[in-house]
Amino acid sequence: MSRAAVVNAAIALSILAVPLYALAADEPFLITLATRAAILALAGVGLNIALGQGGLVSLGHAAFFGIGGYAMGIVAFHAQSFTPLMIGPLEFQGSKSMPLIWLVAILSSGAAALVIGALSLRTSGVYFIMITLAFGQMLFYFAISWPAYGGEDGLSIYVRNGFPGLNTLDPIQFFGICFALLGAALWISARLAASPFGLALAAARQSVARAQAVGLNVPRIQLAAFTISGMITGLAGALFADLNRFVSPTMLSWQMSGEIMVFVILGGTARLFGPVAGAALYVLLEHLLGGISEFWQIYLGGLLLAVVLFARGGLVGLLAGGAR
Amino acid sequence: MTPVLETRALCKTFGALEASRDVSLSVRPGEIHALIGPNGAGKSTLISQICGTQPPDSGTVHLMGQDVTHLSAAARARAGLARTFQISALAPELSVLQNAVLGALGASGGSFRMAARVMGDAALLVEADEALDRVGLTAQRDTRVSDLSHAQRRLLEVAVALTLRPKVFLMDEPMAGLGADGSRALTALLADLRNEAPILLVEHDMDAVFVLADRISVLVYGRIITTGSPRDIRADAAVREAYLGEETP
Ligand SMILES: Nc1ncnc2c1ncn2[C@@H]1O[C@H](COP(=O)(O)OP(=O)(O)OP(=O)(O)O)[C@@H](O)[C@H]1O
Ligand SMILES: [Mg+2]
Repeated sequence: MSRAAVVNAAIALSILAVPLYALAADEPFLITLATRAAILALAGVGLNIALGQGGLVSLGHAAFFGIGGYAMGIVAFHAQSFTPLMIGPLEFQGSKSMPLIWLVAILSSGAAALVIGALSLRTSGVYFIMITLAFGQMLFYFAISWPAYGGEDGLSIYVRNGFPGLNTLDPIQFFGICFALLGAALWISARLAASPFGLALAAARQSVARAQAVGLNVPRIQLAAFTISGMITGLAGALFADLNRFVSPTMLSWQMSGEIMVFVILGGTARLFGPVAGAALYVLLEHLLGGISEFWQIYLGGLLLAVVLFARGGLVGLLAGGAR
Repeated sequence: MTPVLETRALCKTFGALEASRDVSLSVRPGEIHALIGPNGAGKSTLISQICGTQPPDSGTVHLMGQDVTHLSAAARARAGLARTFQISALAPELSVLQNAVLGALGASGGSFRMAARVMGDAALLVEADEALDRVGLTAQRDTRVSDLSHAQRRLLEVAVALTLRPKVFLMDEPMAGLGADGSRALTALLADLRNEAPILLVEHDMDAVFVLADRISVLVYGRIITTGSPRDIRADAAVREAYLGEETP
């Protein structure tokens, strides 16, 4: 096993170990913490396909996270309030089934990523960052001013959604679902990176001129990556809303986009497990330092600065060594 | 015999600077057409217009008789234009082999396959390894491009172009920085390559140009002042004055 593989396994095992310990020690709060880390890691794994593999610095991924969250909120809201959702002549009763909710979340965030990506990818560099940020803000203000689903106050879902054969109200079982989905997303991300598409995407990141010279349709390749990225982050949004049983415009805020990006950079862009390490570290710091000071993010800022200045490969880069 | 590649009256200006002035030239099947001219004459700008990375102000580019002026750079590459860059443009974080496989992948058109393993694709690997072997980079196969020497990058540029199996090669100073041995080896390769596809060769190495070229065009201040056989060009007084005079003591 290579050093990178050992580091990856250690990261995965430590996220798994915490809730198992918590289960034995009967500390359900720790399980929730680990679940939160797994979900945020999933959002980061999504962003990393655009950012790490594609070099697309999106500061608007909260849009997809929030759309996933609202997909869960809206579908479950209609089920819990027994008010059917009218889509033209069609009547939809809503649902409390996770798989269906996930599908809606993935498809709607994917559709949004397709549109936002198609418009944003006409630009590059700092303009791309700004335009993705602008789209995110548009959705944020839209959610605030849309009264049907709680507007600024957000939307509460009283009972966690169900999954066939599992009791999702049991923290450890819900954690298992999130951990499994994180594993699946990591597997997809790894497969993608090793595929012909992944090579083309990497080449487009490193040299657009080279990619064009071998006949690659760079905008279309990047759009596909951006869409897949948005879908995974959208799925994470649905799980996040389910964890909190609450969705609000905060999920769509640019601070959320920044947080997801922080996981990726802390852990190491271009590293498969970077977002996982980053999200775990973030949740840990939030838990440990958050108790000491409400300004704990100052320490986070210092850490981020140190990583950017001294460890460009992030935490995983530091541990695993080697280039990229 | 219809030319493989033809430019018709290409014009391009950068402000007051005329980089291309009515440039019409052709590349015929089986030939090496050398384009020479002093620094800043507009040679690279011409290649860029042919490849579609810079639009001409006016004029057209034709590949196998088809007007490709409206096509993107990527579409022209797929149509059969293979370019090597004067300043290497490779994927620096990828290995030599991966860069070559990338070329083969672009040519195969399978860049949206997401389930397969690209480095396990036998057809792409065969194509890439063959190209690396031809330029003599087999020993560096697994080296990261950022760790290559300047000369090795120049050769990898050529290897990636080979994997495209193009209709015409456009090479912008492939010999630059290769050294005497390297130039000789690449000269032998290009002499052989013309049988697969003709070459438009921009080159400052006059020894290589006069050995390789079937025809030579001389570009000065964006204008082709003459086109002819190596013998004609050597004898041309205007060329001697404009260009070769600087080379011969
Ligand atoms: N994008 C650009 N904007 C403005 N001027 C440019 C641009 N590209 C090239 N030029 C100018 O156009 C002229 C032709 O440049 P070009 O690179 O085509 O020359 P060249 O014949 O390839 O020279 P060399 O032998 O040095 O490679 C030069 O004076 C250059 O400064
Ligand atoms: Mg040049």
